[in-house]
Amino acid sequence: MLEFDHVSKRFGSILALDSVTLRCEAKRTTALLGPSGCGKSTLLRCAVGLLWPDAGSVRIDSQRLSESRAIEVRKHIGYVIQEGGLFPHIDVFSNVALMARYLRWDRARITSRFEQLRELVKLPESVATRYPNELSGGQRQRVSLMRALMLDPQLLLLDEPLGALDPMIRRNLQKDLAELFKELGKTVVIVTHDIAEAGTLADALVLLQAGRIVQQGTLAELIDRPASNFVKDFVETQRGAREVLAERRA
Amino acid sequence: MRCAALCFVATVVLAFGQPVRAANVKVIIGSKAFTESVILGEIVQQTLERSGIEAEHSRQLGGSRVLFDALRGGQIDVYPEYRGTLYQELLKPGAAPAQQLEALGLAAALDFGFENTYVLGTNATTAKRLQLERIGDLRAHPEMRFGFSNEFVDRADGWIGLRRAYGLPQKDVRGLEHQLAYRALIGGNLDLTDLYSTDPEIVRYGLKVLEDDRHFFPNYEALLLARTDLSPGAMESLARIKGRIDTQTMARMNARVTLDGISETEVAREFVDTLLDAPAPRQEESDRAPFLQYTIEHLILTGVSLAAAVLVGLPIGIIASRRPRFARIALAATGVVQTIPSLALLVFMIPFLGIGFAPAVVALFLYSLLPIVRNTATGLLDIPLALRESAIALGLTDAARLRLVELPLATRSVLAGIKTAAVINIGTATLGALIGAGGYGQPILTGIRLNDVGLILEGAIPAALLALLVQWLFDAAERWMLPAQRDASTARSGSKSPT
Repeated sequence: MLEFDHVSKRFGSILALDSVTLRCEAKRTTALLGPSGCGKSTLLRCAVGLLWPDAGSVRIDSQRLSESRAIEVRKHIGYVIQEGGLFPHIDVFSNVALMARYLRWDRARITSRFEQLRELVKLPESVATRYPNELSGGQRQRVSLMRALMLDPQLLLLDEPLGALDPMIRRNLQKDLAELFKELGKTVVIVTHDIAEAGTLADALVLLQAGRIVQQGTLAELIDRPASNFVKDFVETQRGAREVLAERRA
Repeated sequence: MRCAALCFVATVVLAFGQPVRAANVKVIIGSKAFTESVILGEIVQQTLERSGIEAEHSRQLGGSRVLFDALRGGQIDVYPEYRGTLYQELLKPGAAPAQQLEALGLAAALDFGFENTYVLGTNATTAKRLQLERIGDLRAHPEMRFGFSNEFVDRADGWIGLRRAYGLPQKDVRGLEHQLAYRALIGGNLDLTDLYSTDPEIVRYGLKVLEDDRHFFPNYEALLLARTDLSPGAMESLARIKGRIDTQTMARMNARVTLDGISETEVAREFVDTLLDAPAPRQEESDRAPFLQYTIEHLILTGVSLAAAVLVGLPIGIIASRRPRFARIALAATGVVQTIPSLALLVFMIPFLGIGFAPAVVALFLYSLLPIVRNTATGLLDIPLALRESAIALGLTDAARLRLVELPLATRSVLAGIKTAAVINIGTATLGALIGAGGYGQPILTGIRLNDVGLILEGAIPAALLALLVQWLFDAAERWMLPAQRDASTARSGSKSPT
């Protein structure tokens, strides 16, 4: 379980997070939604200690995240960014196995875990020896997900993981991710600006605007009972939200 | 794999190390980088050797200051100097010279018997056209182009004092190498230069020497400056050449070397043979050290200094990439070193390190730092933010991130920095010969002195080839460490801003 307790963060004159309090339930998928600059990525980066709040605290399984514990805690967190963040100088296998090798897992354990994850994210066997720039955008995100899952973390954080992909690939990957999250049963927090994607992947949606949470709930609640005109506009201007809702109900 | 380059340089350091001069009673003779001084050095060496005293000649070192400091520091025991230079340049004005020398543990051991004063010379045509007889006549011709040896330009008893004493108006005054000045004078690119009164070229080219009508130039008798702790045996042996070389003899010996192409060693042998009336057995000509020795010296100079610069520069670059304030200081400091002229840097180091290998290596080391520090820091800072954060988010420690991700990603930039340093190093190392460090600079220096283009090329061409070879080796290392496919960056997301 991931909790934010009155978290504030300022960049110069901009208040990126304004006393945000939020619980992301264990073994559930939470989507942080909102327009560009609303603070959703900043909130996620606070959860892995890439940013430190000016005020308030982040707790993972009731333990406060501090700088002294961050390195240890990060081993129990998987983190995926928009373009994968794969290291270009090493091949796919080495990217995925980096931490396991660093922690001195034995070779057989690394290989079997790699194969297990490769099947999970539906990549061909030949991918292991390729370099990141030899992969398509979608493949890169799947590899990045493998790397994030390698140590079997309890918490998986994804920052716009599908943001740089074209619509067809994006749709396929959304479906795969939805299945995968269900199968894994981990606590997942995903940042997206796409309400349909959030509806497809997440159980709980959290909509932010200018560093504050404006509404949280299910997709149905956001569509049927918008808390403000902003929520209503945000839902209405994006196509596909109602189709996803209809699909889910069916 | 990436450690291979480091291992290589480390091996070079261990394998060669610093040559240590054996601690015995050998007399070390120094000489300046012009023919007369080298001949005198040879004469001193051979005179000592005929008395059974072991002697070594460290020839053509940088200049008066280099030699004087080396003498004070005990790296050499004797060297030929001129009274005017000693009084005007090396000692403080006022106090009695002999006492000043004594306080430094030095003494003027003997006078050779001739005077080599500065004179000003112009070619005969110019002298006739402008009706030049005396230095004072120059006042009427402010348009004349003057070219003086670098030392003369900067000396109180050189151009600075001369201009004041005669009220000379000329503005077009440049410094250049003594031998080059002759060529320029004959070729009509210069109108006037400083000459030494024993220069054989004065007769050879029919140069017009202008009369010093105000007696500006001081007394320039040649003398042998020595440490007072020189052994009595050596002093006794050297007494045999006291007052035995007159101006004509010296000019003739200079001509034998510069114009007839006979080695200083041979010319000195002829003189000592005649003087002592006891021909020595002819030995193998050891005047021109073999090419292999130059190469080894050059490789050690550049290899050791480069290795040290990598060992020191990499960590400084890494720290600089993490601490902006430190980066500013480190880059400013290494940058300032870079602006110090090579010879000046070498001379600064003589009081601390003496002459020879050590100061040359330290100077080259300092010159190598800037490219290595700067490229390491830039290479690390240029890593896209997304990649640096991905490494942090994985849970790697700072050191592990550096080792596994950041340094490998910065390899291209770091290697380029080391390559730049290596190539600069190979070129600059030729100057090491000025302070007796050997290397390819040795034949270049001798070649310039003797006006022997072949000899200059003997040093210049291998130095250039070595630079090319090193460049090629680094390029090969880069291709091996960074195959093209791994390089094309997948990390375009570096500009991602927090949202």
